[in-house]
Amino acid sequence: MTVRLRTLLWVVTFTVLVVFSVPWFLWGDSRTAAGLPLWLWWHIGWMGLASTVFYLFTRTDWDRYMGVSDV
Amino acid sequence: MSELPLQLGELPLQLGIVVGYLLLALVIGLVAYRVSTNVAEDYYLANRSIGTLVLLFTTFATLLSAFTFFGGPNLAYAQGPEWILVMGVMDGVLFAILWYLIGYKQWLIGQQEGYVTLSEMLGDRFGSTRLRGLVAGISLFWLFPYVMLQQMGAGEAITGLTRGAVPYWAGAALITAFMILYVVIAGMRGVAWTDTIQGLFMLSVIWIAVAWVLSAVGGATEATAALQSTNPEFLSLGSSFYTPAYIISTAVVIAFGVTMFPQINQRFFVAGSDRVLKRSFVLWPVLVLLLFVPAFLLGTWAAGLGITVPEGSNVLPVLLAEYTPVWFAALVIAGALAAMMSSSDSMLLSGSSYFIRDLYRPFIDPTLGETREAWLARIGVAVFATATFVASLSRPGTLIEVGNTAFGGFAQLTLPVMVALYWRGTTRNGMLAGIAGSQLLYLTHVFIPPVTVDLAGRTIPLFARSYGGWDVALAGMALGALLTVGVSLLTTPADEEDDSRLIVGAD
Repeated sequence: MTVRLRTLLWVVTFTVLVVFSVPWFLWGDSRTAAGLPLWLWWHIGWMGLASTVFYLFTRTDWDRYMGVSDV
Repeated sequence: MSELPLQLGELPLQLGIVVGYLLLALVIGLVAYRVSTNVAEDYYLANRSIGTLVLLFTTFATLLSAFTFFGGPNLAYAQGPEWILVMGVMDGVLFAILWYLIGYKQWLIGQQEGYVTLSEMLGDRFGSTRLRGLVAGISLFWLFPYVMLQQMGAGEAITGLTRGAVPYWAGAALITAFMILYVVIAGMRGVAWTDTIQGLFMLSVIWIAVAWVLSAVGGATEATAALQSTNPEFLSLGSSFYTPAYIISTAVVIAFGVTMFPQINQRFFVAGSDRVLKRSFVLWPVLVLLLFVPAFLLGTWAAGLGITVPEGSNVLPVLLAEYTPVWFAALVIAGALAAMMSSSDSMLLSGSSYFIRDLYRPFIDPTLGETREAWLARIGVAVFATATFVASLSRPGTLIEVGNTAFGGFAQLTLPVMVALYWRGTTRNGMLAGIAGSQLLYLTHVFIPPVTVDLAGRTIPLFARSYGGWDVALAGMALGALLTVGVSLLTTPADEEDDSRLIVGAD
């Protein structure tokens, strides 16, 4: 994978993480599951996903974009 | 129910627990200070040795504010729990990304150049004492309403807990007294330590509170069913209050604003190693989840449980007073107040280091000695906290409004700083124009009352805080970025500017 493609993938990934932190597709939806609104379950899962993606980023390209030389 | 007078003997117990806990926090701070002087995790003098837990929690402690414990649940009680999503985008994801883009970059630069404050970094890069003073002055200005927010929250919390037996001003005065006492006695060190302990304590008690309330009403399904019958609109995502424009504006403005808070921004320089920054970055969304979901759900459920909140107090203390034993409710409020006090002290201390390093030394007395500096910092903190206390008595808005105003002011600094961090072509004039221009726009909208003018048959609002539901702070941020880039392109750097200073790996 070229560096440029990798960068693009990270930008897209982070953008998706930000944009869908709010489940826009559930707008106006009031269904609940196990005592909580469905959209709240989405939030809980999404924060977990964000944390996982952040972990992968720190393990791979964390230093690449900061001009740190020993990478 | 909540109008019932206090039982005999409840008031001394409540006040005893609150004051006792605050005193205990003070003792912990003092002991931490004594024990740790050799280890010296002294961020004020920046030994760059803060570990993951302390960095994570001292940053996290900024979230442990009146905003979280009182303002947020109040909003959830009145408008529904969508504020949880706002916190998720804002703090869980956006702030984490900015933590990397601004925080890690500043850490790398700090390692190389030895900076301790943001203003110092910018002043040095652009060879400008004026820029340094401007950034420090703006930061202190917006710190004012944020400290006020804590005092307002404390006043309202104690009134709520004691059902009006203790007046608002007395609660606000109590926390002010402790803020000052804490700084004067425990001094400059040890605050990071108590921040950590408070953070862990609050995280635990808020979950215990949820368990307690839920077991009293029969579980989450029951509590939500009750809400379904009283406020069914709370369960559906979005409302006329939580519009997409509101959610996006609030999340963006606050996330960007938080990065420029003196005590947060200073933390970027003091992490012990980059591992510390990485771990905090990863843990951030989880921590946000663990804190805000329970706090705001409690506020939301209170609406369905028929809790009535007296005018001028907060829902959380009232709910706890109703469903949990007196001592537990008092303990949660005491913990919240202590956490608010501790994070206010971090703010005040970082604020005082801005004041001394970036305003007093460069402009008034460059020969300031260490002993006098320590005293000056303490007096400064006492004066500042007293002034915010006096201002908090007038209660200029809700907790959310006052908090938002402060975040909006800080957010105006973020984009010019990011431009400077990543673009070598930035010039001093560009920075001055971007920072002054955006502040001017935002300040006029905060302080000039809105007016409407008729223009060609259409009514156009001027100086409103939001336009079509979008916060004016966003316009200020965009203007700041445009001015910084535009003026930088049009001007040439002065001789004192050094564009290699913010480049990682440059000599």
